[in-house]
Amino acid sequence: MKTAIKFLLLTILISGLTACKNNAETKENNEVSTTTEQPQERQGQAFVKDDVSEPTVLDIAIQSEDHKTLVAAVQAAELENALVNAGPLMVFAPTDEAFAALPEGTVEDLLKPENKNKLSHILKHHVTPGKYDKEFLKKFKKLGQASDLNVPVEVKGEDVYVGGAKIIASVSAGNGIVHVVDKVIIPEN
Amino acid sequence: MKKSVLFILSLFMAAGFFSCNNSENSKNGDRGALASSAAEKTYVAPGEHDEFYAFISGGFSGQLSVYGLPSGRLLKVIPVFSQDAEKAWGYNEETKPMLNTSHGFVPWDDAHHPDISQTNGKLDGRWVFINGNNTPRIAKIDLTTFETTEIIEVPNSAGNHSSSFVTENTEYVVAGTRFSVPVPQRDMPIKDYKGNFKGSLTFISVDPEEGHMDIKFQLMMPGFDYDLSHPGRGKSHGWFFFSTYNTEEANSLLEVNASQNDKDFIAAVNWKKIEEYVNNGGGKTMPANYAHNVYDEDTHTATSTMKKEVLVVDPLEVPGAVFLLPTPKSPHGCDVDPTGEYIIGNGKLSADLTIHSFTKMMDAIENEKFDGEAYGIPILKFEDVLAGTVKQAGLGPLHTEFDGEGNGYTSFFISSEVVKWKVETQEVIDRKPAYYSVGHVMIPGGNSAEPFGKYVIAMNKITKDRYLPTGPEVTHSAQLYDISGEKMELLLDFPTIGEPHYAAGIPADIIKPNSKKIFKLDENKHKHATLNNGDARVERDGNEVHVYMTMIRSHFTPDNIEGIKVGDKVYFHVTNHEQDYDVPHGISMIGANTSELLIMPGQTETFVWEPKQPGVWPFYCTDFCSALHQEMQGYVRVSPADSDIELSWSLGED
Repeated sequence: MKTAIKFLLLTILISGLTACKNNAETKENNEVSTTTEQPQERQGQAFVKDDVSEPTVLDIAIQSEDHKTLVAAVQAAELENALVNAGPLMVFAPTDEAFAALPEGTVEDLLKPENKNKLSHILKHHVTPGKYDKEFLKKFKKLGQASDLNVPVEVKGEDVYVGGAKIIASVSAGNGIVHVVDKVIIPEN
Repeated sequence: MKKSVLFILSLFMAAGFFSCNNSENSKNGDRGALASSAAEKTYVAPGEHDEFYAFISGGFSGQLSVYGLPSGRLLKVIPVFSQDAEKAWGYNEETKPMLNTSHGFVPWDDAHHPDISQTNGKLDGRWVFINGNNTPRIAKIDLTTFETTEIIEVPNSAGNHSSSFVTENTEYVVAGTRFSVPVPQRDMPIKDYKGNFKGSLTFISVDPEEGHMDIKFQLMMPGFDYDLSHPGRGKSHGWFFFSTYNTEEANSLLEVNASQNDKDFIAAVNWKKIEEYVNNGGGKTMPANYAHNVYDEDTHTATSTMKKEVLVVDPLEVPGAVFLLPTPKSPHGCDVDPTGEYIIGNGKLSADLTIHSFTKMMDAIENEKFDGEAYGIPILKFEDVLAGTVKQAGLGPLHTEFDGEGNGYTSFFISSEVVKWKVETQEVIDRKPAYYSVGHVMIPGGNSAEPFGKYVIAMNKITKDRYLPTGPEVTHSAQLYDISGEKMELLLDFPTIGEPHYAAGIPADIIKPNSKKIFKLDENKHKHATLNNGDARVERDGNEVHVYMTMIRSHFTPDNIEGIKVGDKVYFHVTNHEQDYDVPHGISMIGANTSELLIMPGQTETFVWEPKQPGVWPFYCTDFCSALHQEMQGYVRVSPADSDIELSWSLGED
């Protein structure tokens, strides 16, 4: 019961936020916006009702206890739809702890609407087109990320590091794979 | 507890209402107005015609579908590479040769990229060409009859994907191989691919009067994958551009091994130069084996000819004809803007679009600004051909079309959107979501010198929840956007046949006046035509029986036939004597191991029936033709193999 109510609250909050945000965007006509005159309920593959397919990389992140910051960031950057397409997509998912390890104020700063592009760039830096398990990743020297930048792949003993972040767990998804990592991979530029 | 939660809930709700109340209203209002104007913009009243034809490829159905825009109404499915029972395509004796190949009868293909013929860089609406991807073929559809009238097989090719795009005056229709293969084909280890396989780029000349296709030459390129292509136009007329990937020449796990190089190439081919070289006796003929199938409108019959040689050209033998333009991230679409100045590489694993400049390319060639070579072909310096980059325009760019107002429209698969950008400044102007994961986009004339930039359609193989569900396989779709304003506006979703791979659009006025209404009976040169009812007859030649039959509202002549025996092979050659618009007749025979025939006025078609049991077996008209359609029927008496019943036929006799 309690969780159900929490969920309800959350839904109301989110829908409230979205409705207001869309309104803000209609005022900013000069700016290129990602959502436009679509109904205020957001559309796209991320919002397709489907409870039988294998979970997507997005579903896995949402369902995880340790990725609340990541999910909030994905929602703030409005990247949900990019994470549910046919892919295949490999997502390196920093834990809440990894985000917390960033200098104080970093996350709060990135979540501000004016930093949406920056946030989006950082998140895309955690996504590779492809689906490879940890063992297979050892074959790579580098990966080309959706940010258009490369990240190095290093093998230390049994561990695999991508862009300096260690893979600590992996979950296969319907449209790819989620590798849980212990650090946020910050693009060099 | 419960109460307090409820209280909080209601507070939130109230807050939500208050904070957004005004905007909600105005938004709904806007949407209402928008929705109604979208409906108006796509509404074509009953009996009215659409403004554009859209020829949407049927992808893996092998066919080409015809839609009206802006209504999205399906007008016809033209059978091309796949058998079609509705029109007897590939089932009747006349069209079976159209599906002949060096591999025998291949009744299916994967139809990809329709392109309409051009004169002086403008759509002329005479023919549509389309490529068969799987068993490499190029088909030509005549836009007076909307029928496939020619199919040529492409030898030394495999996965005929960077096809079938036409040059500015339809001098050539071009077909590039996606998969490189041994040339000539031979038994060899797959691992020896690198350096040994070849990628052929085939230039098929098109006869300016009749449109007949003939392979002029094949350029034998290094063993990369050639993905898509487009012709130069205007200032770059005489050149053709092909995107490549797998320049690593990997033969396994390409998703890893073909993504090692940061840049692949767009190959620029000066076909005028090669044409001149070939006209002066250049190139080598090599043995080959490929089918050339032609449907003759006068005989209503196709013939298939096996061709035995092809002219191949080594790019190194024609210096100055081929150059490689480095292009990031396995470029997919390779599109040329209407001025012919900009060549766009859509780096499918990238967020960026790469824009090359033709002027800079020519300068780089002249001043030899090279960055090494690949198998002897000069690689131009990236910085010296680059006009600019559309940065972070979306995720997974695939294809670009143009509106003729200086804007490009690019599909993005991963971020599932269409992005409008200014070609000159590479500035993003607008983006609209596509539902879902769009492949190609099409603007009528959008890859010619003069686009008709009123609409863009996005073609989607994935629709998930957009329509009523129909089991695991749901409809494919196209989405129509109005692009006449600064911002794009989604007007309409409409279902398409699977799969809507790519399309070509053209103003209806260019084609409509030429659309044929009937075939003239007195011009029917079919070998087995029956032009007068008095000539209707049945002839026996051993076990073969030929029925020369006519049809008109509302009977067959003859409609009673006796003397057929089990074990006979009976050919029904049926001529439609109608000379009225839109009065086809159909015919089928119980137990015939083939489709019905659908015969247009003035046309003759043939089906084969091999009766297996004695009895009296009916046939009938399958296309509701007239008030007395149900009376349009007949009987064939089949006797045992050893019967001595004489062959006889009649109409209206007791």
